[in-house]
Amino acid sequence: MPEATAPVGQNQTAAFEPKIVAFFCNWCTYLAADLAGTSRLRYAPNVRVVRVMCSGRVDPQFVLEAFAQGADGVLIGGCHPNDCHYQEGNYKALRRYHLLRRMLEQMGVEPERFRLEWISASEGERLRQVVNEMVEQVRALGPFRKSEQFEPAEEAVAR
Amino acid sequence: MTKPSARIGVYICHCGTNIAGTINVAALREFAATLPGVIVARDYKYMCSDPGQELIKADIAQHGLERVVVAACSPHLHEHTFRTACEEAGLNPYLCHMVNIREHDSWVHSGEAATAKARDLLRAAVQRVAWNRPLERRSIPIRQSVLVVGGGIAGIHAALTLANAGKKVYLVEREPTIGGHMAMFDKTFPTLDCAACILTPKMTAVKDHPNITLWTYSEVIGVEGFVGDFKVRVRRKPRYVIEDLCVGCLECIEACVYKQPKFYDEFNQGLGKRKPIYIPFPQAVPQVVVIDPETCIEFKSGKCKKTCLEACGERQAIDFGQQETIETIEVGAIILATGYKAFDASRIPYYGYGVYPNVYTALEVERLINAAGPTGGELVLRDGRKPRSVGIVHCVGSRDEHTNRWCSRVCCMYSLKLAHLVKERTGAEVYNFYIDMRTPGKAFEEFYNRVAEEGVHFIRGKVADVYPAETDGRLILRAEDTLLGQVRKIPVDMVILATGLEPQADATEVRRLFNISCSSEGWFLERHPKLAPVNTFTDGIFLAGCCQGPKDIPDTVAQAGAAAAEAMQLLDTGSIELEPNTAYVLEEVCSGCKTCVGLCPYNAISFLPEKNVAQVNEALCKGCGTCVAACPSASIRQHLFEDEQIFEEVVGVLA
Repeated sequence: MPEATAPVGQNQTAAFEPKIVAFFCNWCTYLAADLAGTSRLRYAPNVRVVRVMCSGRVDPQFVLEAFAQGADGVLIGGCHPNDCHYQEGNYKALRRYHLLRRMLEQMGVEPERFRLEWISASEGERLRQVVNEMVEQVRALGPFRKSEQFEPAEEAVAR
Repeated sequence: MTKPSARIGVYICHCGTNIAGTINVAALREFAATLPGVIVARDYKYMCSDPGQELIKADIAQHGLERVVVAACSPHLHEHTFRTACEEAGLNPYLCHMVNIREHDSWVHSGEAATAKARDLLRAAVQRVAWNRPLERRSIPIRQSVLVVGGGIAGIHAALTLANAGKKVYLVEREPTIGGHMAMFDKTFPTLDCAACILTPKMTAVKDHPNITLWTYSEVIGVEGFVGDFKVRVRRKPRYVIEDLCVGCLECIEACVYKQPKFYDEFNQGLGKRKPIYIPFPQAVPQVVVIDPETCIEFKSGKCKKTCLEACGERQAIDFGQQETIETIEVGAIILATGYKAFDASRIPYYGYGVYPNVYTALEVERLINAAGPTGGELVLRDGRKPRSVGIVHCVGSRDEHTNRWCSRVCCMYSLKLAHLVKERTGAEVYNFYIDMRTPGKAFEEFYNRVAEEGVHFIRGKVADVYPAETDGRLILRAEDTLLGQVRKIPVDMVILATGLEPQADATEVRRLFNISCSSEGWFLERHPKLAPVNTFTDGIFLAGCCQGPKDIPDTVAQAGAAAAEAMQLLDTGSIELEPNTAYVLEEVCSGCKTCVGLCPYNAISFLPEKNVAQVNEALCKGCGTCVAACPSASIRQHLFEDEQIFEEVVGVLA
């Protein structure tokens, strides 16, 4: 359908609420979100958090699956460099992130839709900023539409 | 794998109005009831309460529930509660899953969006919990010893409490003596007890206690392992004196070729001098001298007459060839009591510290009025005169946008104490410049009234600057008196800056060493500000004293006792149960590519050449899941965080 590939107009973006899947590590970013809660820091309600023990647990397939299932963006949150609860899981996450980001770009996924952030347990305010910023960026991009290039990967994920 | 079917119970907590005030819990419950597998869905005012837990237990029995989903607060708060409730009802605790609709939802969102988010999270949880499998807790024995890092009053009190309870304690202090900041103070507020009189008996008790191994001049350089079984490496710096042979006669100091002390004396804040061979202060524990290689002639040129050796004589305690040693200890728990750093007053140039000689920090004045201090307790200016007027500036490096925003909590009270002592010793006029007078403690306000009645002046206003008078060279404090509504300029002989408390300069390195978190200010982060104030997010590591935030001596001692009690509770449990979220290998799928082997930071994965598969050592695995994410054939899996479980959550939140 021509509408599906047409650029998203102003009127449509105003009503569009992006859905963002977030993978937060148990020790830093998940706790930052807990702190944002106890501090009653209001932020955009568009993020759905999946808790993992470490950002190093985030399999690239989780990210692909999220996009395949209709996420408009994916956020990974881990401990700052040097601060990983498991010493170096965040570095492993970083390596995979760079690789996956390039792959997603080649598939036509805008880089703003996929983000890795280091947010420590004390950075509730930073969590709020990152979430709000990402929601705004993704909102400006409009809904994620899978390009044809994405389909082989989607099939691979589906096995 | 085909999706397992299970009988699921869903429980939605109101948390009073914390959740129910924002999220439509009735609608959420109705929604939950429609989800596949859900047999029963309930909402209740407080799920964590006994009646709330009973609700779950009764349903497990009555409806034969096989899975439980609790939508409430953060799993960091109550996961244990609900798992235990399930266990008590005969359901494996790992078949229970929590959904965070308070911290992550009702407290940060509002309106229909909050309820919509709760629906998505709940759907995800119900889908994922079907994949949960019964797991066994891992249990490891706990070593019956504790490491206490830092020998200030916090570390001393914690060490003694544990040692008196029969626990083996290692107390590690980086300075040559224990005592910390408290040993530098003259009197303590509000009772005006002499700090040394109440501290030194405890210091001696540490040295004499059969259950305490005291290592001063030593630093922790490595920490491995985990709760119940930490392996800690400690560097013992050379003091060039053999601790066991030195009897503390101090004859070597007398005999040093330097007839007069001439080097910066750290303990006296540089107001006094020491020799290259010295003891920090007369009551130092241990009573063992130290040689400073930076200033000792023997170390600098190798041509000293070594009169100290002669004086030591047959005792032969001095050893110029002493090398640092690395000791390795194994402990079940660790208490961090690494204290604070006093704010560097020279960071605020308009107060003239380091520029005008008669501007002092409070810690310097503590040493000046201490009978064991550089002036023998005489409060005199640098030129030997007694001050006739003294100005005390509160909140230096506290409550200040340009330096530190926090209130350091002790400065108002110690300023009052110093005001009292200065007046008592010198009869000088004392002016306190304060922003707010903060005296919230037992007998604190009474002390403030007492000092006010003694004739100390109080001026409510932040000092703008300190500058010398052109005529007599006295220092003028300029401040807006906010009660009078006018600017006042008060000339004084001596200015005392009530410097605030800061995290130690190396707090970041120390917290990384012990794998704990810091607040954004740099104080070590407690697990919960109210309910777990001495715990950290790393099990088995506890906090005491100012490393967690500014506090006075009574609070520090109370907290040190609490940290000791927490450590004791841990040790007395005998064994610790670990989360069973370890990785495991499906041998029939593993291709033997060894991708995982090098990824594990704990060397928990080995390769079995005879089978051509990887193997996870469960005792070493900490459950990060990094290997699981990297395995190209999906043959390494992680309990509690199986691929299926995470995929279901992703699908669930997006459905």
